[in-house]
Parts: sequence; structure tokens; C-alpha cells
Amino acid sequence: MFEFCTDPSTLDTFRWFSCYLTNGAHALFYQSFLVVFALLAVTAPVSLAFGFGAAAASRARMLPVAWLGKLYTAMVRGVPDIVFFLFFILVLDQAIEYLRHQINCPDWPEEIRQGANFLVCPEARTPSSNAPQWVHEVYGFALAVFTYAIVFGAFCGNVLYGAMRAVPHAQLETAEAYGMSRAQVFWRVLVPQMWIYALPGLGNIWLILIKATPLLFLLGIEDVVYWARELGGSRNSSYQYPHPDWRFWYFLGLLVFYLCLTRVSEIALAWLTQRLSRGQATAAGEALRKATA
Amino acid sequence: MICAQALEAYGLRALGIGERLLPQADITLCQQVVLIGSGMIWNVYFGILALGFGFVFAVALAVAKASPTRALRKPAEWFIFIFRGSPLFIQFFMAYEAFVMLPRIGFEFTLLGVDIAAETRWFARAWLGALIVLFLNTSAYTAEIFYGALRAVPKGDLEAADAFGLSGWKKFRRITFPTTMRLAWPAYTNEAIFLFHATALVFFSSFPAFQQRGDALYYANYFADRTFNPFVPYPIVAIYFVILTLGIIWGFAVINRRLNRHLPNAERQRLRIRPQVIR
Repeated sequence: MFEFCTDPSTLDTFRWFSCYLTNGAHALFYQSFLVVFALLAVTAPVSLAFGFGAAAASRARMLPVAWLGKLYTAMVRGVPDIVFFLFFILVLDQAIEYLRHQINCPDWPEEIRQGANFLVCPEARTPSSNAPQWVHEVYGFALAVFTYAIVFGAFCGNVLYGAMRAVPHAQLETAEAYGMSRAQVFWRVLVPQMWIYALPGLGNIWLILIKATPLLFLLGIEDVVYWARELGGSRNSSYQYPHPDWRFWYFLGLLVFYLCLTRVSEIALAWLTQRLSRGQATAAGEALRKATA
Repeated sequence: MICAQALEAYGLRALGIGERLLPQADITLCQQVVLIGSGMIWNVYFGILALGFGFVFAVALAVAKASPTRALRKPAEWFIFIFRGSPLFIQFFMAYEAFVMLPRIGFEFTLLGVDIAAETRWFARAWLGALIVLFLNTSAYTAEIFYGALRAVPKGDLEAADAFGLSGWKKFRRITFPTTMRLAWPAYTNEAIFLFHATALVFFSSFPAFQQRGDALYYANYFADRTFNPFVPYPIVAIYFVILTLGIIWGFAVINRRLNRHLPNAERQRLRIRPQVIR
């Protein structure tokens, strides 16, 4: 990075650190923070969509659909979600390979499950064994995102279902009295009004999602935790930047990062609550009306 | 018959009693159920102890946070913010690294000799180190719940207490605290469930499973890696946790009934269980 970095052992503390913290490995560490944000950016809308689907399904008049929606939201309660993370990532991986196996090589002579092995034909390997490294990484990340979306979708479904029931019933009856169909009532009256009721719950889920991102490490992704452990481990003098075990300080850095993320989210959520309360038939909405009048 | 053998060999494996080697090949369903069940001992151990100690500390924290004295309020607020605002996973990692560094930082207990030298090493072991982290973490979450309840104590109750000449410790002991518990109990039940779920993280975060003595998820993961079949061990863990959750709900409902026993039936708060997620 800097010119004086050629021989770090001769540098004073400040310059040593300015070289150390800008070397190549640290660039990868800083990039891995983008992984956290990417996960948040993709998971949040996808799980919201899953949750919306689940909540809408739970309200369906066809019983099997309603059961399906309720089963999905009830599924994740009562069981630690780390179990789901570890479970789904394997299941998804095997399901994809199994499906591709059935499509690509229908006349494969051997069993897929042989004792402790899960063997599919070479064409069904996902991603294929000669694919470049980045394909493997992207595939792993996509699986992880999907797993997160399934789990957090169930939580969102729970909150949205409650929010839909919190919309004053008179509003829906009025809409029906105007001759709106069920779908119209849902899309034009229920959905626009439910968000303010859903926001506290969704806000909580968002904070929980932030705090769940380090679990990516357990799913085998090279995320911030991976790099913190990697870089923090002690280096002997054969390395360019020898140092003792600094993992504690790296984790302290991560802790501060997550605290900041939480604080910023809290502030943003408070603003959003204020914004969504505008014109709503709630106490907060009433307060806003009075303030402007 | 084979099940009885599995029970004998692995029933207390998580405590280091029984067969030394974990099942290697030809893993039976019995072995999975028994070994994962023996791992649940750790989950229950962490959960109960952390909850028990955490309860006491949380009451103190909540009172400190509600205190008008700045010197008491600020530390409590910061403690709660730090432990609630950061992932438990990271807290585990950090605590482990800190505990590993402990003896090296230069604590010299030469006065008492070997005894103490051994004790500092225990911090890096899951049974003590992870317990401390879980204790601090649940204290922070519980304190926030109790703080909310403390502020929701009806004004009339406190005025009535003043009118009766109660003050200080007596007022807190007889009026404020019981009402706080009543108000906080449903949320506290969720926190308890939540904490038991969090215990599944212990052996996945830095704390090594000494001699493969791990918790339920540790063994489930072991089986999933061995058999490459997630459809058996993970549902077993899930079932164990559902049973544990139902047990917690039942236990807390009993206490809830006792807390509200003076109220007429209709006014009693029903426990609404909304288990939360990861922390």
C-alpha cells in the first residue's frame, strides 16, 4: 500500500500498523463485510416475500392452503434456528443434486445413498467439479441466503399474519360494502394499512437477522468471523507481519461493528415508524395530525 | 436389546461416562437418539444455571437502569446495550479468546499454588466459560424485560404503598417487585425458551468439546457428517427441543398461576407464548 512497507520489521508502531492493516489479507477481510451487507440486502426482501406469502396463505379460504401457511410459520417455533440452518443447507444441497441426477442421468445403475455416502452421477454434481472457485463460493452463498430466507420468512409470516388481523375489521367491511371483491379488499385496503402494525415485529426480526449474520461462518462461508479468526491467529517471525494471538481484538472489532449496525438500525426504524404513522388511525398517527394542525 | 446396549454405552456419554469412542460405522437409530439425548444434559445444564443466576443479576440491572442516579443508570444501560446489540455468537468467540488469554496476561496466584492455576484454565472450558457468557447475555435481555415491567407498575399501587407508610426496601419487596414479576412473566417465559435455544450454540462457537463431550447439536452434527444424512439426527434434536420447550412453558405457567393467584379468574393474564429467534 505505502512505499515504506517493503520491510515492516524496521518500522515504528504507527507505520507498522498502517502497513499491516492495509495489506492484501486485510483487503479480503474488509471485503467480507460486504458479504454481511449482501446477505442482509438479499435476505430481507426475500424473507419478507416468503412471509407475505405465508401470511396470505394462512388467511386463505381453502383449508389445505391455510394449513400449509400455518405449518410453515409454526415450523420454526420451538426449535433453535441454528438447527434449521445446519439442516436446510444440507437438505437443499442434496435436493438439488438429486433432482439434477434424475434429469441428467435417468439410467444410472447405482443407488444414490450407499451407506454413509451420497453419490450422484458426475453430471449432476452441483456445482460441477471442474467449475472455477468463484462458482463454488457463489453457490454456497446462494444456498446460505436461501436457508436464511426460509427461516426468517417463517418469522415474518408470523408477524404479518398478526398485522393483517390487527387492521380494524370495520375497514374491511366498509370496503366490502362498497362492492369490492375479496382480492380488491386484500390489496387495496388490508395490505396498505397493515404495515404500521407489522413494523415493530418486523423491526425486531431485522435486528435479529443482523445478529444472525455471523452464523454464516457455520455454513462454511468465508465471512467476517472466518477472516477475524484467520487474521487474528498468531504469526511467527517467518511471516512478514509477525504478531501474537490477536483474535480477541479482531472479535472486539466485530462486536463494535455489530453494535453500530444495531444502533443505526434502531434510529432508522424509529424514523420509519414515524413516517408510516402518517395518516393512520393509531395514537401515533393522531399525534402527528395534531402536531401539524 | 441393542437399544439397551446403546443406552448403557452412550446414555451419559456427554458427561464422559460410558463408551469412549463415539459410534463410527453402522450407526443405528437408537445410538443417535441416545447420544443426542445425552447431549441435551448440557443444554439443560447451561439453560437452568444461566437462567437462575441471570434472574438475580437482571433484577439488580433493571433497578439500576430505572434509577435516577446517573452513576448507576449509565453502566446498566451500556451493559444491556452491549449484550443485546451484538450477536451471541461473537460474544462467545470473544469470551473464549479472552479466557484463553487469562493466564498469559500474568495473573499470579503463586500464593495459593496449584489450585488457582487450575482454576483459571477452567474459564476456557465450556462448562464455566460458556456459562458465564450465557449468564451475562440472558441477564441483559431479562433486565430489559424487567425494566419495562418496572416502569409499567401502576401508579396507584405505588401511591397506595406510600399511603400505607411503606418505603424503601419494604415498598420494593412487597409492592414493586411482585407486580413487576407479574407484568414481566409472559415476556420472561419467551426469554427462557430463547435462552435454552441459544445453548445450542455453545459448542459451535470456539468452546471445544473436551473429549467429545458435547451438547445435543454437537452430536447431531457429528452424525450428519458421518452418515451424510441430515434427515435423522436434526429432526431428533428438533423433537428434543420441542419437548424441552413444552416443559419450560409448563413450568413457567405454574409459576405464572401462582403469581396471579389473588386475581379473579377473568383478570388473570394468560401466558402467550411467542418463542423468539436467535439472539
